[in-house]
This record gives sequence, structure tokens and C-alpha cells, in this order.
Amino acid sequence: MSECDLVIIGAGPAGMAAAQTAAQGGLSVVVLDEQPRAGGQIYRNVGENRSKHAWLGKDYSAGAHMVDGLDHPKITTHFGATVWRLEQGHRVVWSQNGISHITSTPHVFLAGGAQERPLPFPGWTLPGVMPAGAAQILMKTAGMLPKDAVLAGSGPLLYLIAAQMIDAGTPPKALVETQTPRMMLNAIPHLPRAVFGLSIMIKGLGLIRKIQRAGVPRYKSASGFNAAANTDGSIAFSFTHKGRNKTLNTDLVLTHQGVIPSTHISRSTGVTHRWNAAQVAFEPTTDIWGETNVSGLHVAGDGAGIGGAQAAAAAGQLAALNILHKHGRLSADARTQKATSARATLFRARAIRPFLDAAYAPPAEVLSPPDETIVCRCEEKTAGEIRQGIDEGVTGHRQIKTSLRTGMGPCQGRMCDATVRGILIASAGPNADPIAPPRARTPIKPVTLGELAAMAAGPDQSS
Amino acid sequence: MNIASRFNVLPDDRQTVQFTLDGEIVTAKQGISLAAALLAQSGTASRQTVNGAGRTAFCMMGVCFDCMVNVDGVPNTQACMVTVRDGMRVTRQIGLRPLEGSNDV
Ligand code: FES
Repeated sequence: MSECDLVIIGAGPAGMAAAQTAAQGGLSVVVLDEQPRAGGQIYRNVGENRSKHAWLGKDYSAGAHMVDGLDHPKITTHFGATVWRLEQGHRVVWSQNGISHITSTPHVFLAGGAQERPLPFPGWTLPGVMPAGAAQILMKTAGMLPKDAVLAGSGPLLYLIAAQMIDAGTPPKALVETQTPRMMLNAIPHLPRAVFGLSIMIKGLGLIRKIQRAGVPRYKSASGFNAAANTDGSIAFSFTHKGRNKTLNTDLVLTHQGVIPSTHISRSTGVTHRWNAAQVAFEPTTDIWGETNVSGLHVAGDGAGIGGAQAAAAAGQLAALNILHKHGRLSADARTQKATSARATLFRARAIRPFLDAAYAPPAEVLSPPDETIVCRCEEKTAGEIRQGIDEGVTGHRQIKTSLRTGMGPCQGRMCDATVRGILIASAGPNADPIAPPRARTPIKPVTLGELAAMAAGPDQSS
Repeated sequence: MNIASRFNVLPDDRQTVQFTLDGEIVTAKQGISLAAALLAQSGTASRQTVNGAGRTAFCMMGVCFDCMVNVDGVPNTQACMVTVRDGMRVTRQIGLRPLEGSNDV
């Protein structure tokens, strides 16, 4: 028996928008999210921060009304809830405070969002090196501002974080950018289409101007990142710039090279995935409503391909409208009619993506880093070890995993899959057969044996 | 060696809680994650890998598992997914976590 009409996994913009639309349409909705509060990563903690930190910007504050939208009699939320199994047909198994629960439902909407693309280089495992998005989470959730940090990599989020740090009164020490003039040239043909996303472009230019005005040094076309620990625990961050080696000493190196969809859960459920060459990542295959090849399962938002918060909210609405239709609450015509404004938003938000994807493409050495770089942080396996395995005849993700243990640690490949793939592709050459996405299996997040045993003794069927 | 925090903590009106890290008392703002509290406290590693390398919280969103610590006797706890509580007993995790029956992941 179903305990609700729809389970939404993820309370970011896609999940929150979908929950609101579905509940207003009369469905009973359960929202599960791993974090302690609603918002996803982009609107992380926004409900608590309301206008408290002006430096986080008005686009961030705009997320607060979405959080408010979850306050609806037909919506039940569970936070700190980690989904570790999703069964076709549909039972969602999730863990909260060390106890696992099962919720049955006819419809599941996956809105798991994205993670930062790993940016591996020698020394990226040292305390003092972390993703820029992680530092932003600390800013949003704990009022913690990075001291004298170097921002390294590329992409719109790097500029946004730099601007937020400037507004908060702790500007970055420098921006070390992997973007090359060549990438910009590749992006230019996409400009005419990007005009539909003009407001985003204007915002981006404003961020760059702010960084320039604040006098933050920028090293463009930088490569060959390397971090080493100084005796006082600070980081000597070196890179190549204009043919010279340059070293900056800093407390913190914050890296960013774009985001990639989190696909563990969709892969574990049998959803077909395709390779998005422009975004250099796998994404689930869906129709315009976010419907997948698995019956009753929708995926949308950044977890279905990177499009940003506005696109995610619009895609969440579309998925909810389609679910309302499937549930017999909306005719096909009504669904299409109600979808008009979300479709338009989605179109505008997506129009700028090809430009951004080309302008801030990950460089070859990020996708396939030098030999001494640790690729799998859990099992401490290096790029050199993976290449040696390939030289010895290993051909795919699975063989690398079984022979080297990459991806077998607690993160289950979340931090190394993309790099292992990059090394495989670089080693195989452009004409090799396509490499299938790595397998993902239940439990998609570690669960203790004790918790499993308690479930076997008598599963808690409550939602 | 104790390394100073790599972050400045903005003053605000939140209450504080106290927990212990390897027996020493740490004061942290209420409502923040344990990983944030550890990063606010010091820039030193909060765990050591099997090979002896120091690590600390990395992704802050539950993806990387570099923030694993022992909380109230439970090893491999993701510090970024736990909210600080008064009286929490936190110990750094050095090397492989011990095998302890029901706590075994
Ligand atoms: S910091 Fe990455 S899982 Fe906690």
C-alpha cells in the first residue's frame, strides 16, 4: 500500500518547486533530504539566514520563499534523511538517526542535484585545500569566512564566491584561473543564443567587474597546480603562469571547476544515462517532463544535467505537472497549459549553458591529472597507478575498481569516478569505444550492519 | 602541532554548545555542523588515513567522507552531516577504524 502519492528526494530548488506544485495539485508529498534544512546547496540554510548576511546576495535570499512553500498541509518533510535504496515499483529506503525506514509510493521524483567536479592535482588532499563550494557552505551555514584564500580553477561559481568574499570584507588573495583564450574563442559561437539568458550574463560581468575593482590579482591560463604543506601548516600553492612557475603561500586554496550531476541514485535504479560531451559528464536520459525509462520515476534539476537554480526550479515544476497528469489529476491539455511559464524559464536558463560549458571547460589536466596525483581519496590511489593498470590491460571502470580498489571506499566513487574516466579516455584515445558509466549499487550510501539487522528484525514501515 | 583555523568566524547572536575533541573542550555555535565546528577550531587534520596522511573535512556536503570522526564511540561518522550537540565526545580517527561489530560499516 502506498503511504503517499509522491516521494521527492532532494529539497533544493527542483525538489522544493515540485513539492509545492504537486501539493497544490492535491497530491500528498513526502520530501526527503540528507541535509538538516531545506534549500539544497544553492539555497543552503537560506531559511535561517533571511537577510542576515547581505553579502550572500539577493539571488540567494530569493530562495527563502521556496523554503516557505514547503509549509503546506500535504507536504511532509524529513531532513537528515539519507536515501540508500530505491526500488523499482516503488519503495524508497532511507536512514535517519541510525534507523532505516521504508516508504512506498507510486511516484518518485529524484532531485538530488549536483556535486562539484573533482579538481585533482598533487597535494589536493592536504588540509587547507578544499572546494570553493565547500567554503561557501561554511559561509552560509556557520558564518565562517575563508582567511586570505586563493581561489583556483574556473567557472561562474568561482566568480560568485570571490564577489561574496569581497562583499563580506575578506577578499581572496588571488584568482588562479584555468580558463584560456582558446576556451573563450570556442564559446563565442554560442553567444547569440546566450542572449536569451541576458540577465545571467549581466550578473556574471558584474561579478568580474567587482573582482577587478577590488584589485584581486588574476592569473589567467594557469596550469600545473601543485599544493605542498609548509611547516606552519600553510599551503604553498604553485602553478605555471605565462611559462613561469609561481608560488603563493596561503592558509586555504579553494578550488572549483564546475559541477557535475550526482547520478549514484539514478544509476542504481536502472535509469539509462548518456554522456554529455559539452558538460563532460554522465546524465540520466529523460523527456522534457523529466520522465525516465523507469516507470513512475522522474529526474530533473542539476541531477539531470547542469542548468543552474532557475532551470532546476522550472524543471521541478514540469515534473510535478507531469506526475499530476499521470496520477489523473490533470488532463494532458491542462498540464501543457500550466507548463507555459516554466517552459519559458527553462528555455531561457538553458540558452546560456552552451556558452558557459565552452567558456569554462575543464582542462585536459583536470580530467586526467599527472601521475603523482591521488585520484581516489578514500583508497589513496594515484593517477600513475591507474595508468599502470591500463598499461597492463585493464579497460573499464569495473576492472580498475576490482584491481586497484578505486571507488571502493566509503564515498563509493563519488570523488574519483570522473577522474578515472578521464584517465581511461585519455589513455584510449579519441577513437576508442565509448566507456559505460560505472555501476552503482545499493546501498548507495554506507549503512551500518546494525541498522540493516534492525530492519531485518522488523522493518519500520512508517514514513 | 596545532595550526590556527583557516577561517574567521563572524560574530552573531547564536547560543553556543560545548563538546570535547580528544578530551579537550571545544566551544561552537549552536546549529552548525560538527565539521564546521572543527574547522573553526583549528586548521589541523581531523583524521589520518591508513597511510598516515592528514585529512580534514573537504566537500562539506556528504560526498567525500574525508570528515569522518568518532562521535560518542561511533566511528566513521561524517562530521559534516552531524549538528553539534552539548556534551558530544569527538575523537580524531587515526588509521583504519576499529572493527566493532554493530558499528562496522
Ligand atoms: S566533508 Fe565531505 S563528506 Fe563530510
